[in-house]
Amino acid sequence: MALRSVRHYPSFFSIAMLCLIILYAPLIVVMVYSFNDSPSITNWGGLSLRWYFDVFTGPEAPRFRAAAWNSLTIAVLAATIATAIATAAALAMLRAGKFKGRSLTFALINLPLMVPEIVIAVATLIFFTMIGFTTGYLTILIAHITFCIPFAYLPIAARLQGIDGSYEAAARDLYATRAQSFWLVLLPLMAPGVISGYLLAFIISLDDFIITNFVKGAGMETLPTAIFGSVKQGIKPNIMAISTLMLGVSILFVTLSYLINRKGRQSP
Amino acid sequence: MAGAAPDSGTSAETTYRSARVPLLLPTWLVIGIFLILPVALMAVYSFLTKEMRGGVIWEFSLAAYDQFFINRGLFGDEPPSLEWTYISVFGRSIAQAATATTLCLLIGFPTAWFIATRPPATRGVWLFLITVPYWVNLLIRTVSLRFLIRENGPLNDALLGTGLISEPLAMINTNFAVQLGLFYSYLPFMVLPIYAAVERYNFTLSEAAADLYASRWVILREIVLPIVKPGIIAGCLLVFIPSMGAFLAPNLLGGAKNFMIGSLIEEQFKRSLGNWPFGAAVSMILMSLVLILLMLYARSMAKTEAR
Amino acid sequence: MTRLITTTSALCLLAGAAQAEGTLSVYHWFEYIPQELVDKFTAETGIAVTIDTYDSNEAMLASLKAGRLGQYDVAVPADFMVEIMAETGMLDTFTAEEMPNLPNIAPQWLDVPFDPGRTSSIPYQWGSTSFAVNRDVYAGDISSLGVIFDPPEELRGKINVLDSQNEVLILGSLYLGIPQCSTDRDQLRALSDMLVAAKQHWASFGSDTAKDVMVSGDAAAGMIYNGFSAKARAEGANVEYSYPTEGHVLWMDNVVLLKDAPNRANAIAFMNFLLEPENAAAVTNYAAYTSGVSGVESFLDEAIRTSPENNPPAGAAPGAFAQVCDEETQKLYDAIWINLKK
Repeated sequence: MALRSVRHYPSFFSIAMLCLIILYAPLIVVMVYSFNDSPSITNWGGLSLRWYFDVFTGPEAPRFRAAAWNSLTIAVLAATIATAIATAAALAMLRAGKFKGRSLTFALINLPLMVPEIVIAVATLIFFTMIGFTTGYLTILIAHITFCIPFAYLPIAARLQGIDGSYEAAARDLYATRAQSFWLVLLPLMAPGVISGYLLAFIISLDDFIITNFVKGAGMETLPTAIFGSVKQGIKPNIMAISTLMLGVSILFVTLSYLINRKGRQSP
Repeated sequence: MAGAAPDSGTSAETTYRSARVPLLLPTWLVIGIFLILPVALMAVYSFLTKEMRGGVIWEFSLAAYDQFFINRGLFGDEPPSLEWTYISVFGRSIAQAATATTLCLLIGFPTAWFIATRPPATRGVWLFLITVPYWVNLLIRTVSLRFLIRENGPLNDALLGTGLISEPLAMINTNFAVQLGLFYSYLPFMVLPIYAAVERYNFTLSEAAADLYASRWVILREIVLPIVKPGIIAGCLLVFIPSMGAFLAPNLLGGAKNFMIGSLIEEQFKRSLGNWPFGAAVSMILMSLVLILLMLYARSMAKTEAR
Repeated sequence: MTRLITTTSALCLLAGAAQAEGTLSVYHWFEYIPQELVDKFTAETGIAVTIDTYDSNEAMLASLKAGRLGQYDVAVPADFMVEIMAETGMLDTFTAEEMPNLPNIAPQWLDVPFDPGRTSSIPYQWGSTSFAVNRDVYAGDISSLGVIFDPPEELRGKINVLDSQNEVLILGSLYLGIPQCSTDRDQLRALSDMLVAAKQHWASFGSDTAKDVMVSGDAAAGMIYNGFSAKARAEGANVEYSYPTEGHVLWMDNVVLLKDAPNRANAIAFMNFLLEPENAAAVTNYAAYTSGVSGVESFLDEAIRTSPENNPPAGAAPGAFAQVCDEETQKLYDAIWINLKK
């Protein structure tokens, strides 16, 4: 009885539900208007699949496909690399004792948060040009890794701070090497932080427009640059259709991860 | 400061001492080369002469900082006085970011707590559920939010239908809309770090306190909060700092009637004002402000550590 | 990491080598050229086209200044930006012999102030900027810019203005009868005061949203581009576009030949291709603005050819392009804009 009551604050449930409603309500608008027969995103003109045909078979279809592919691969790569870098940095910051320059390193890690995006964008492009780096996929990836680091680092570090050293000490007492105790003890304990950091890095990369727009090369398009670039025509329901498809893909991932997770737990 | 808090001195706290340099090297290299160098370049730009409509002329000038701090009237011939225009832009942006951060915390903490108390198998799904909406581009999400809260939009229709209000609420182009937009833009950046910290929380602590007749709110304040503080701070940093420079929510939901830090800087690089040194200077001032805040915070942490 | 970089730079070199033979690199707005037309160009000439996109004239300028000049063959800047780019030395020139279709340009667009005699640009699409009013809300007279700057009771608090210094200040100047790039203190003071007073009646500033707010009804009147107004009408809003008696702003997007173009000959072939009436009409049918090429009429869709937004009524006051002011004067206009939005 005591256990239940200290864990569960009744109002927290309502707030969590409110939170989900706020998060998802605008997405319903997106989904509904992806089926709009009219080219409007505010006036309803009847039910139609024309924008889905447009996305898959229209003249712009190859470009949208390429943009979606670029966005997803860059987000996966950038989030993976940034999370790895951030995990290493968190170990050094919290499990390597005090050292000179720790505060400075902390400021360094968070620097991408502090500099306005447009400034990073222009400055990075000038820098890449100075060192003769041809803009393209790789420059986008590097830029994304850079600004993803604090988003991955902060949740990981917040988690690591809460992990008591005694677990690792116990592992070491049982003659586990440092590598073994990291992979078998510390990393599983850190997992919620690592996953949180990875997810944040992923969505921040997937969403980035300003920096990408400056460091991308000729012919390179990501979904955000395609969406923001539509100003001459205005946003049309084809963008809503693409967004709905992206939602579909993400929900597919959620379902898969849930099923794998459940299967993994059922088998001994 | 999340990530630089005190260590209690068990041997595990120094496990990685010998590997410190290789562990930090990637961070130093990536941020050092691909961020510090460009930012240093921008710092230099803020002291150069502006080229009309974008670009710089390599001549030293304090014009950018002069424009920020000193008012010489519309035609530049009045006696100099302190310029309030940009200071008030900063004040407005900071107030807005602070409100958005508070909102995110008030909603985000209970949500994170709720997720952390689900059975372990479903926690991952809940985390995904929080981030799924962010697969849709921020621009589209903001436009849809705008659609929802407009004067004759679905939200007003629903409220009118239930009889809670008799006149449609004017939400669009208000501060409320901007805060809602910022809240909506950054919510997971609050929820996920807090979740990462709460998930670790040992509930037997709460039970022990409850046995001693502490009320649940006292437990939350006195026992839970100090332990999950690193997560809360990480979340606040991830929401507050980007909110200050945000410009989609203020522009699309707030009506863009007044400059915010984000739109002020954007105008210098991507729109007609085209004053790169000034844009660079505003960014440097913003960056210094955030750095000072972080340093003050670090110092107060160090003081509590020393106690 | 080093190997990754080496491999990728090798790939980039390969891409660079391919560029020299039969490719064309276009810096363009997104969704502003029909893909069918690009395919047709490739089919006719064998030149493969890569398109890169930007979202504002100044963003394009910034990105070229920051080091992208020399990567693209052609770009599509607006009138005033052509002049700025020419002054900054970003444009290459061509001769009339190189561009056989040059005489296809409609006579009034041949000798334009931003590129006299057309030596580095050709017209792409043009249109006008003034304002539109939702006729369900306001049925009165809309022949004056006063609808925006001194609005009638019904429209107060329901007006969207473009979030663009040029358009707002020029339309304001037209309303007060002040010339562009004025240096007269009293005139500028009057302009600034008028705008600040008008701002209290405005609901929002927004350029990209100018059409959507009219369609959704968030705004009952708004400064708008003629093409956006036509689209708002097509989406079912009862909006009427005005050609005010004080005049309106003209704008024209132009294809320019960039300096250090890696494929100069292909760029000229592309520009020449766009001057064929049939191809120019294809762009217009897609973008719904107006072409600057003679003889497109027979290829145009009926709705676009006869749209009231694209055809000013007889006797409408003439439009004016944005002038590029000198640096000292521009400073004053910048100050007025900052003061308006502070």
